[in-house]
Amino acid sequence: MALRHFGAAAAIALTVGLSASPALAATEIQWWHAMTGANNDVIVKLATDFNASQSDYKVIPTYKGNYPDTMNAGIAAFRAGNAPHIMQVFEVGTATMMAATGAVKPVYKLMADAGEKFDPKIYLPAITGYYSTSKGEMLSFPFNSSSTVMWVNLDELKKANVEIPKTWPETFEAAKKLKAAGHDTCGFSGSWVTWVNLEQLSAWHNVPLASKANGLDGFDTVLEFNGPLQVKHLETLVELQKTKTYDYAGRTNTGEGRFTSGECPIYLTSSAFFGNVKAQAKFAFTAVPMPYYPDVKGAPQNSIIGGASLWVMGGKSAEEYKGVAKFLTFLSDTDRQVYIHKASGYLPITKAAYEKAKAEGFYKDQPYLETPLLELTNKEPTENSRGLRLGNMVQLRDVWSEEIEQALAGKKTAKQALDAAVERGNTMLRQFEKTAVK
Amino acid sequence: MQKQAIFQSRLLPYALVAPQLAIVLIFFYWPALQAVIQSFLLQDAFGLSTTFVWFENYIDLFKDAAYFEAIVRTFFFSFAIAVSSLSFALLLAVMADKPLRGSMLYRTLLIWPYAVAPPVVGVLWIFMLHPSLGVLSRYLRNMGIDWNPLLDGDQAAALIILAAAWKQISYNFLFFLAGLQAIPKSVFEAAAIDGARPMRRFWTVTFPLLSPTIFFLLVVNIVYAFFDTFGIIDTMTRGGPGTSTVTLVYKVYSDGLLGGNLGSSAAQSVILMVMVIVLTGIQFRFVERKVTY
Repeated sequence: MALRHFGAAAAIALTVGLSASPALAATEIQWWHAMTGANNDVIVKLATDFNASQSDYKVIPTYKGNYPDTMNAGIAAFRAGNAPHIMQVFEVGTATMMAATGAVKPVYKLMADAGEKFDPKIYLPAITGYYSTSKGEMLSFPFNSSSTVMWVNLDELKKANVEIPKTWPETFEAAKKLKAAGHDTCGFSGSWVTWVNLEQLSAWHNVPLASKANGLDGFDTVLEFNGPLQVKHLETLVELQKTKTYDYAGRTNTGEGRFTSGECPIYLTSSAFFGNVKAQAKFAFTAVPMPYYPDVKGAPQNSIIGGASLWVMGGKSAEEYKGVAKFLTFLSDTDRQVYIHKASGYLPITKAAYEKAKAEGFYKDQPYLETPLLELTNKEPTENSRGLRLGNMVQLRDVWSEEIEQALAGKKTAKQALDAAVERGNTMLRQFEKTAVK
Repeated sequence: MQKQAIFQSRLLPYALVAPQLAIVLIFFYWPALQAVIQSFLLQDAFGLSTTFVWFENYIDLFKDAAYFEAIVRTFFFSFAIAVSSLSFALLLAVMADKPLRGSMLYRTLLIWPYAVAPPVVGVLWIFMLHPSLGVLSRYLRNMGIDWNPLLDGDQAAALIILAAAWKQISYNFLFFLAGLQAIPKSVFEAAAIDGARPMRRFWTVTFPLLSPTIFFLLVVNIVYAFFDTFGIIDTMTRGGPGTSTVTLVYKVYSDGLLGGNLGSSAAQSVILMVMVIVLTGIQFRFVERKVTY
């Protein structure tokens, strides 16, 4: 009897369920991302909150591997005709995405088409500038932004009686003292060797990395980072590498454990390293602005951002775009931006969120979280510090790293290495120019 | 008893091989054809603009000094991996072939590494030999060796060869052991009676009789070193430092997937395909003839 009742109940439930589901069906919005750990939790929470806030659309986040993996998965999916609606692409993929007219839907256009209220002025220009056209039209929506900062192990500096360095010469001196004080395998180091020592170094000193405003004004850009500043900087690193006063820590951020373990007391990398430092460092730490060369006029300029933005893919229905537009508005909300900022350590993208975090006294106890924002807004960006837009950037960085590694290994001089990096890079840029959609 | 099967219908044999044929067509011929077509095209990553450029991708490759360096490097890697893993596996197989207590246990343990996926092998070796994380690096440093494969290309290359050869030892070991066990004991006994010492017996009896196995394994190992080392390289060095561990397959990946240059990547794949066809051709020619002395 009980069984028969159950059967009947199940049948009714099934019928109800079947007939009800089409009416409830929300438009699904696929969101591919590359965030892991605590940042993945932030993504899931954002999607869950958005889905709970309304019933017309359902955002489905999917982790697709690291940044290059996610981008490649998205490109492959586009070629196969089933791209996601929103794709998180790291900053160096910007030129590739931008060149793909038709494959992407620019954010400013999306918002206009969907009739969503959108004021580009509420965003921090230092961040959105990277993802906008020269006319200021926002192409992709900044999601997680960071910048290069110098992480400092305060305990070790105190022990060695070293002040926090502000300039590069001071940093080199500090590293020598730290090495003498027992850090014999690493006075200082850093991650993302090209980002820190070529890209940010150039912007921070208002020196071009490439012509045409670092590629922002056209794909016919030519690399120019083999100038005296960059050569001198690399020469010094090569010299210090010999004694391990500076010790190379790899192309990506795999060497970051050397800071948290205490091996390298000074370490230049992304401000987004904060989460790991906070979780693992058993010492007092802070993050200060990147050092600069005081003999360069006007330095420091402003830093450029790293991180990723959300690209909206092309070829979707108007209804789906409406949902995407609503989601982007949802993300721009001041409180939500403050939440993302606090939970992930990434920068807020709206002026209001920055002001609110400041007003709440968020930076009083943790001044190092404001460091990247101060760097980014240090001065009005110039042609050389607005951002970078170079095609094939992922592979360009590999090629530059290869040459820098050869210099550090003593196989080439700094000048030879940077000349070769420029030359090989230019060949790749011409290749990209040929394939880019005009 | 007649061994030959007789089919009633003429269609039945075709129907029986059809699934296998379909798999080969879909998963081998179709992608290979796509690669050949792609290699004549210049296309952006998204496939939005396409120009037919004839052999331009190939010409660019042959003008590229880095490509030649990668070819030389790949052959050197393959040779080093094949020789080191073959000789070590042969040594182990000869040892394990002896009547030992618990020989089954040794044999099983020796076969284990084969079950490990290449990227996992890479990660394992990183944990042992990473300059700042590695357990073994500390010993190397204490011994006065400036161990830093992040900057020293030769050390990085050695690391890749070591990891790749280690993984292949089990596979070679299996074949060698089977090969050894297939050699009739009477041959050894005859040699022993003639007064040949173990070393001499090995070089004059075992080694020649194993030659078909060795030749087969040599080809398999070279093909392995050509292709399957990708996972190890990608996890351990990503081609660096400099370009000192960029092999042909890694270049296909980095140019195509990281660089978005699909035309060149496809042209490189086609060249690789030709190389493997040649290698396999040689193998068939010689192995079918049964190399024996």
